Amino acid sequence: MKTWYKLFISFSLLLLLLCLSFGVIAAVSFFKDLYFPNMMSFEQARPFHVSAALFWILTAATGLIMYYKQELFGDAPMYHKLSPFYIGTWVFAVAAILLSYCFQQFGGREYWEFPPVWNLLLLVAWVYLLISFFGTLFRSGKEKPVYVWMWGTGLLFFLFTFTEQNLWHIAWFRESFLKEMTIQWKSNGSMVGAWNQMVYGLGLFLMVKISGDKEIARSKKAYFSYFLGLTNLIFNWGHHIYNIPTAGWVRGVSYTISMTEWVLVISIIQGFKSKLTEQRKFKHLLSYRLLIASEFWVFMNLLLALLMSVPAINRYTHGTHVTVAHAMGTTIGINTMILLASITFLFEADKEKKPAYRRNFAIGFWITQISLFAFWVFLIAAGLIKGMKMTASPSAPFTELMQNVYPVLKLFMYSGFVLFAGMSVLVIQLLSKAAGQLSTTDDSATN
Amino acid sequence: MVKRIFAVLLLAYICYSAFIYAYGAEGGAKPTADAVAGQSVWQSKNCQACHQLYGLGGYMGPDLTNIISDTIKGPVYAEAFIRSGTARMPNFHLSDQEVKELVAFLTWVDKSGKSRVPAENVTWYGSYKIDKQ
Repeated sequence: MKTWYKLFISFSLLLLLLCLSFGVIAAVSFFKDLYFPNMMSFEQARPFHVSAALFWILTAATGLIMYYKQELFGDAPMYHKLSPFYIGTWVFAVAAILLSYCFQQFGGREYWEFPPVWNLLLLVAWVYLLISFFGTLFRSGKEKPVYVWMWGTGLLFFLFTFTEQNLWHIAWFRESFLKEMTIQWKSNGSMVGAWNQMVYGLGLFLMVKISGDKEIARSKKAYFSYFLGLTNLIFNWGHHIYNIPTAGWVRGVSYTISMTEWVLVISIIQGFKSKLTEQRKFKHLLSYRLLIASEFWVFMNLLLALLMSVPAINRYTHGTHVTVAHAMGTTIGINTMILLASITFLFEADKEKKPAYRRNFAIGFWITQISLFAFWVFLIAAGLIKGMKMTASPSAPFTELMQNVYPVLKLFMYSGFVLFAGMSVLVIQLLSKAAGQLSTTDDSATN
Repeated sequence: MVKRIFAVLLLAYICYSAFIYAYGAEGGAKPTADAVAGQSVWQSKNCQACHQLYGLGGYMGPDLTNIISDTIKGPVYAEAFIRSGTARMPNFHLSDQEVKELVAFLTWVDKSGKSRVPAENVTWYGSYKIDKQ
């Protein structure tokens, strides 16, 4: 079964490549009148990019969780048989969604823009996954470290928020546009919290593996940060809808809870870093570098998130590219770096001795980090320009407003091209390791 | 202990969600049949990829929350853009009925509130006070 999980994780890397490619296409189509007037339009390219990003994170996270669940707890025969159903149904649903976009079939909501019928397949796949995960866990009497709690919480709350995201099919939830928007963004916000639980759990698991210190995942501090993260998942989604005339306490609750969880994530990673010996750092250099990069991005996005969670500041950033900077900063800088670190570890890229491989990996890593920083800064700059102009002259024509932003957005686009190149190098390096491992794996031995 | 705290937070999630559904976002007009159909057109043409409602959505075109009540633009302006597109917006070749439904949807959205929060609504502790429509 481990071979199937490795194939599934390789599929997630292909989704990441697709996401990067359509990111470039969407950026060029944003300025298509300047470059290629007849190319794919923005509203066609964006869903490919967004859905591929979403499915990259979910596919990689669930693939890694299932792989490590089997390694930690084994697989009872019944639940073992469910995993191929999850993999098959999920891959089919993702392929169907991407195919729908090829035929310009939409119909869903923001981030879930495909025809809603495919949500049923995703739901079925997720239920298979939950039964397989929790079935194995409940049979195991072992005490569970905090990362297992985080995986389980992420998987469970994804089901809740995914269901909530589809409540709009029931007419009662569409009786008021305010209710409609509030619930849509409540579910979107909490869903990000759900996959963060899965991804941070994987990060923590990797720290334990690299450092060899199991206490990292059993300390009171680790459990405290897990519960704080869960509290944020439940209550801290209101910054998406500060400007919607909901009840005042919705803003109040969210503002109060804020994004305190990030501070603890940093302190855990810092604690982990200090425990590493120089010898171990060297041995796991590639995955370690990616984890340390995620620490930097946690810090940067923490600052941005804290500022955006103050309504008075949110007034200038909401509906601008500052929001995009936060979304991309966290999905690329944190989620993707942790997932790539986990995949690097899984495919044993750390053990690769060939200088050319390690050199290419290092080049890809540094191009990614430097271009991501530029990408993130240009987005914030574009957002602040738009936010200031929009607030100063609310009745100014949109085209006039955007004329001030376009030069910075072009810089953002160019940095995106470089980011595409850097990340593609990393993904191709990992795919080559995956191909090497899969071609030499005897599945009967790994089952 | 871990299980108990988890159970309490799970219960808090369920209760808070139910409370939000019931009391968190009341108000605003109910949609007409045309507005409901217009929302389907909005989604099937993926308008949210480029446009925002309450600042949520894409960044290529303007926020359309209050396009209908805009004293300079208004429904006629919105309809003209929907029918013919612009240099940056494709013409989706919508039927007369679909255009009518889309305008009805935008009218419903507009009646729910204002997208921009005026400076005087910001409180001393950094939050907002927003009046219901």
